[in-house]
Amino acid sequence: MIRARIRKQFPAGRDSAGFTLDVDLQAGSAITVLFGPSGSGKTLALDCIAGFVRPDEGRIMLDDDILFDGATGVHVPARNRRCGYVFQNYALFPHMTLRQNLQFAAERLPRLERHRKVNEMIEKFRLGDVPGRRPHQVSGGQKQRCSIARALIASPRFLLLDEPARGLDAPLREELYSILREVRADFRIPVLLVTHDLDEGFQLGDEMLVVRDGRIVQSGPPRTVIEQPASVEVARLLGLYNLLPVEIKALDPSRNSSRLRYKEFDLTGLYIPGHLIGDKVWMCIRRDEVRAMPREGKPGPNQIPATLENVIDRPGSLRLDFAEDLAAEMPHAQFNGSERAKEWLIEFPPASLRVI
Amino acid sequence: MAIDWFPLWLSLRVAAISTTIALVLGLWLAWALANRKFRGKEIVDAAITLPLVLPPTVLGYYLLVTFGRASPLGKVYEWAFGTPLVFTWQAAVVAALFHSTPLLIKSARAAFESVDHSFERAARNLGASEMRLFWRVTLPLTRRSILAAAALAFARALGDFGITLMIAGNIPGRTQTIALAIYDAVESGNGAAARMMVLVISAVALVILSLANRFATNPFGPRQTPL
Repeated sequence: MIRARIRKQFPAGRDSAGFTLDVDLQAGSAITVLFGPSGSGKTLALDCIAGFVRPDEGRIMLDDDILFDGATGVHVPARNRRCGYVFQNYALFPHMTLRQNLQFAAERLPRLERHRKVNEMIEKFRLGDVPGRRPHQVSGGQKQRCSIARALIASPRFLLLDEPARGLDAPLREELYSILREVRADFRIPVLLVTHDLDEGFQLGDEMLVVRDGRIVQSGPPRTVIEQPASVEVARLLGLYNLLPVEIKALDPSRNSSRLRYKEFDLTGLYIPGHLIGDKVWMCIRRDEVRAMPREGKPGPNQIPATLENVIDRPGSLRLDFAEDLAAEMPHAQFNGSERAKEWLIEFPPASLRVI
Repeated sequence: MAIDWFPLWLSLRVAAISTTIALVLGLWLAWALANRKFRGKEIVDAAITLPLVLPPTVLGYYLLVTFGRASPLGKVYEWAFGTPLVFTWQAAVVAALFHSTPLLIKSARAAFESVDHSFERAARNLGASEMRLFWRVTLPLTRRSILAAAALAFARALGDFGITLMIAGNIPGRTQTIALAIYDAVESGNGAAARMMVLVISAVALVILSLANRFATNPFGPRQTPL
């Protein structure tokens, strides 16, 4: 279990706006994903935990050991933290063969164990054909597997990964994910993974921490985060929703319904506990939960007219972008025949309207 | 006529010894400049660069004052080795050292600074001490640039005239390096000897510089950080 409460400040300079990292996180024996946009400070948090960067204040604990404590000035150097780290560009030593890279990492082990462990890792990570080659002579997948093997060879107490899938094509990504799932099952150590890819976080994460501007703005299982974004901010970051500012016009607990006003339109939703009539709230509706259809006649109940601006073709579905930041997802087949339509209606089913 | 080749051998020996010393001292200094933060770092760097721009006579004067028989350092040397430093071939080594080390430090610092930080972080993360990081990662990664820098330093050490003249003198058969011998030959009207020595030293320098160029090519493919 890693517990880190750290603060690191970079004062504003002549050509930088300044940045403050202020996070409080926990990671148990599972995969914890730090999700956030570029520049949100997630890699910096990782570097503090690995010991590459010294925080200004706070405390980093690994089980019962103190890795950093600002109050007492304890700062265990990176080389003594027994931390596995998979770098964004792998950072395999280019002047060593893959085997030598593993041997370098294995020097922490007792002499008798080194050779056996290196061979074991070469076998386990399917590097048997190429251990004598240098990193620039092997494929991307082999480099990736070697970098993970190198991070794990000396049995680290925790594993950190910095955007490990960046720049990999889809099959290599899938391979990486299955390797990481194996690692989770075999090693049973805390794994912290930094990514800006929501799919990746969703696929791998047992726990997801959403980072923005140096702070953790939401944490929880990925499923919960996606279904219940804690704030408009998080919802925007996840980029999966239509966000509507509405005013609550009526609440009827007996019929489990509410009437909401969005601009000049009335929408019917489910009863919203904990709010009063007249409250202004944000509704968040997943793009795949709305229904879009070409406009014919007047809008029906819970329908809003919208102008189509852009159609984005994706492998599994289409995304229709409308004016006013509204969007809908639909299967290709449903869209066929409506290519010419400019004016559309978007329908929000009552159950899809969720208050943030 | 017979040409006395002693000055060439002396020059090569002086350059070899001074380059060896320059590698030990210079790499350490360059590493500190590239990796450590300390106050006055850029002033230290400027002071190291100074010998590249000052007239050799100025340097020679400083060294004469520092290592002369009346100076504390000169006395310590005389007490330790039994002979004074100035006007010996060892003084020519000191002269060559001050003439060539700045170049080596400059190139070595640039080489150390060019190493991708993620390699250093990876080594520390894998439990390497700073010593192991230097010997096993930083130095091998910069090996070729360092060799090129050493070759340049060696070539430059061969070519010193002014500083050597000031502190080692121009004693034929003892401290007369090839640069001084050529000057003497021209002054005394011995054109054939001068021509021969000029051609030989030019050829030696050319070979060394072409070696340096070959060292400077990157051995690990086009990029050191495969993304």
